[in-house]
Amino acid sequence: MSSTEFIQQLINGLSLGAFYALIALGYTMVYGVLRFINFAHGDVFMIGAFCGYYLSPRLLPHFTGWLTPLGPVTVLILTMLICALLGITIEKLAYRPLRSRPKLTVLITAIGVSLFLEYGGQFVFGADPKSFPELMPDRALEGTGALTITTTQLAAFIVTVILLVALTLIVKRTRLGMAMRALSNNPTAAALMGINVDTVISFTFGLGSALAGAAGILFALSYPSIDPLMGLLPGIKAFVAAVLGGIGSIPGAAIGGIILGVVETFVGASAFSTYRDAIAFSLLIVILLVRPAGIFGRVQPEKV
Amino acid sequence: MILFLCLTEPFELRASHAQAIGWATVKPFIRYILVPVLFATGGLLARQARAQDIVVGEFASLTGSEATFGVSSSNGVELAKEEINNAGGLLGGRKIKVIMEDDQSRPGQPSAAVKKLVANDKAIAIVGEIASSRSLEAAPICQNAKIPMVSPGSTNPSVTEKGDYIFRVCFIDPFQGTVMAKFALDNLHAKKIAILQDVKSDYSKGLAQFFREYFTSHGGQIVTDLSYTGGGTDKDFRAQLTKIKTGQPDAIFVPGYYTEAGLIAKQARSLGIKVPLLGGDGWDSPKLTEIGGAALDGCYFSTHFSVQDKNAKVQDFVKKYQAKFRAVPDGMAPLGYDAMMILGQAINTASSTDGTKIRDALASVKDYPGVTGNITIDEKRNAKKAAVVLEVKGSKTNFFATVPP
Amino acid sequence: MNYRHIKKWLLLAAIILSGFASHFSDAINAYYLQVVIFIGINIILAVGLNLINGYTGQFSLGHAGFMAIGAYVSAYLSNEHSAGFFHALGGASFFSVAALFLGVLIAGGLAAAVAGLIVGVPSLRLKGDYLAIVTLGFGEIIRVVIQNTDAVGGPRGYGGIASYTTLFWTYSIVAITIYVVVSLIDSTYGRGFLTVRDDAVAAEAVGINPTRYKVTAFVLGAFFAGIAGGLYAHSTTYINPSGFDFQRSIEIVIMVILGGMGSTAGVTFAAILLTLLLEYLRFVSGYQWLPEIVRRIAANRVIIYSLVLIALMLLRPQGLFGWLPRRGVPVGSARVKRTKLPPHAP
Repeated sequence: MSSTEFIQQLINGLSLGAFYALIALGYTMVYGVLRFINFAHGDVFMIGAFCGYYLSPRLLPHFTGWLTPLGPVTVLILTMLICALLGITIEKLAYRPLRSRPKLTVLITAIGVSLFLEYGGQFVFGADPKSFPELMPDRALEGTGALTITTTQLAAFIVTVILLVALTLIVKRTRLGMAMRALSNNPTAAALMGINVDTVISFTFGLGSALAGAAGILFALSYPSIDPLMGLLPGIKAFVAAVLGGIGSIPGAAIGGIILGVVETFVGASAFSTYRDAIAFSLLIVILLVRPAGIFGRVQPEKV
Repeated sequence: MILFLCLTEPFELRASHAQAIGWATVKPFIRYILVPVLFATGGLLARQARAQDIVVGEFASLTGSEATFGVSSSNGVELAKEEINNAGGLLGGRKIKVIMEDDQSRPGQPSAAVKKLVANDKAIAIVGEIASSRSLEAAPICQNAKIPMVSPGSTNPSVTEKGDYIFRVCFIDPFQGTVMAKFALDNLHAKKIAILQDVKSDYSKGLAQFFREYFTSHGGQIVTDLSYTGGGTDKDFRAQLTKIKTGQPDAIFVPGYYTEAGLIAKQARSLGIKVPLLGGDGWDSPKLTEIGGAALDGCYFSTHFSVQDKNAKVQDFVKKYQAKFRAVPDGMAPLGYDAMMILGQAINTASSTDGTKIRDALASVKDYPGVTGNITIDEKRNAKKAAVVLEVKGSKTNFFATVPP
Repeated sequence: MNYRHIKKWLLLAAIILSGFASHFSDAINAYYLQVVIFIGINIILAVGLNLINGYTGQFSLGHAGFMAIGAYVSAYLSNEHSAGFFHALGGASFFSVAALFLGVLIAGGLAAAVAGLIVGVPSLRLKGDYLAIVTLGFGEIIRVVIQNTDAVGGPRGYGGIASYTTLFWTYSIVAITIYVVVSLIDSTYGRGFLTVRDDAVAAEAVGINPTRYKVTAFVLGAFFAGIAGGLYAHSTTYINPSGFDFQRSIEIVIMVILGGMGSTAGVTFAAILLTLLLEYLRFVSGYQWLPEIVRRIAANRVIIYSLVLIALMLLRPQGLFGWLPRRGVPVGSARVKRTKLPPHAP
């Protein structure tokens, strides 16, 4: 493998990993606060892509002249809002009534919600793949020599970094963020301290789902073929990324996503490309057996 | 049968707990099991076709991951059925009734679905499937029941090898793979080819294999051979394409479906790969250029027919299809149409609804002028017919060449 | 009355009865026969999974993977080695076919059991949702490996399997499966499963080794799934790796949940009910008098699955058949009732 090819593959891996990281952020936040796997997260991501698909042709014509660059941004923000609402609704209807129940009950419900969004989506949007509109010109950047970086790859990377920073700030610097951390540490104590648990959980779901929506749009920009089942695999892979980085940890999710993206890319270019599908799962099993807390996670001693 | 079941079942009830089997146990059983069964039986009786109708069964993937192919082919079947019925039906005025079963793009479903069509609906012939894997599951059932089965689009050679009641109206993978290999050698003068195949699809692997065999035995060289997972699973192919680029091929053979081909073309172009991409009939859909856009310019694929074909039969089909379904037909629609039409003709030739007689009539189909070309059924029950090669240009597919069988 | 003996007699009666019913299967409509056999296969799968998910309190989302291993191993053996086997036994007689089929079924079951052992090991360190995701991963890995194995056809699937599965085989095995699971849970040893589920720490304190119980549950559950896979392969005569995917696992999980985790009778009923319901939807989607939208939803059965799953978890986590006898506390219930176990038979 030449060095150019190596660096190109690294870029490919980074750009793929950025998506996993963005979706993994949502997983990690919900898990951090509620300690349960929101299986439907990947499908909120799919709904995000479809929001972009249906919103763009209706919104973009209104942004002409110097307003043009604002069009895609509006689509992105509106999509994030819709997805946040969807996330909050799902939590309210399906998860909240089960909060005192065993975690498995909630996981099963989440699988149900996931299947419902996927196949309900197939029912409403149709099963065939749709071509996602070009919100921004997709071309290779100039001046990179033999290497190729496209505008959408760069945009995805930049947005991921911005959202990562914003999320860290929200969690570390705001009162709601503090409440989230308190809840994550000890829900009972947090409730006793006057934190409104329902509001914080709704907010967490809203935030996580908004991130999923943004990821959906960016993903669809890079891979402009969207279908109702598109969330399944990225969703599971992002979960692996979150576990890899240490579930509950925001930098962990980012690093985990990027590691997964890079590993997948190098395997995809090797003789083992037929096994690419199984990598994420093999990686997951290995981490959980070797270091269940992940890279950045803290090992929590079990209280008896 | 149900009686038998409830006899096997309660022993666990009694065994593990000293609970008598009283009304409390029986009531839910009646409510949850007996009632649905009765309903099903009642429904069956209500659905029984009028005696003079000719019942043809169809199974297709109307939902699930491969819904788009099933919907297209069954639209084609529907169109053919209407045409036959409007022209006065078969066997002196008997109408065709198509009973449709959805297999949800899932293995395991055709077994039940086709058995239902044969045993309950008394279908005299079966049309289906596009995916070879599901045709392979249904074929032994039709063969055992001596019911002819006509597959519109299963191109894997092993499908018709399941028995002498199994037919198809499309060409097979060895032919199509060879067509594109020949095309790459003769028209593109390609010496080095990279293959990027869909590991989840038998169709893709078959095409790749026959392409490789012909191409390498005629002086060509396969420089890179990589795979991806189709069916909407993989969306990022940059890893494979970056590797392919280092091999500097003259063309890339992508025997997959249009769902991925468009994305592959886009990512190849963005990585600076300028050589043409080649594909098979899995590319044939209006969605191909919608997704791939300008990236597909100068790419070629082989398929069953061209919408632009000036042949009156083709133009007539395209017009009717657009009028009824408000969409441009893809490659699977005319195959469904031809499958139904050939079956109709065979029933008339046999002048009977007897499976064996229809089978014999199907086996003797010669030069049938179908939408997808002149179809002759050969001794292996495969359709012998020409393939067309289309060129993608300016988000359109243009007729490029016809390759005779 | 001594219930232990009744169990044995009922087992024998069920086997004889299924043999008797099998005799008349030529007279039964082929479609109904197929559905009844599918019901039997689903009962075996669900009862086996119930041992893992219901009684032992683990959570497997990869049961279809075990089924796949059983299906492929038994199909491969019966396809590739039946000729030699029949030759050694002097031709394909009734008994040599029976011996071969039993042999390949058990081989498939054992192969799946080995896989169950491999999957069971992580269950020592993981629990709850993590374990669920790992088993899901294992199931998918099994599928990908089969897909890449050309000896069994890869993505094209594996066909030409002899049609050995009859009502007799299916329902004898259903009866044996239920018998084994019920007897096991009823035994002194078997109480350990429930103890591990209800409180692993307490179990350990009284000398029950949770590790051994968890692994045993996985191995046994996988074994039955492997057998079910073998029956399935020899019933449809064609198998394809994509038929053993996540969705198939979910179908089995739904049966266990619908039946109320930890109730063999409930799970058996649920398997019957769900299989019938799904086949019934075939008819519903064909009723012309129903509104288009109803027919379309009926055709898209996963929507119905998912709604059943959500509604069940919200409204009736103990399953539809909560009134049926069960062992201990259902996993999904909110209230923890301390019920006394039924008295032992002397």
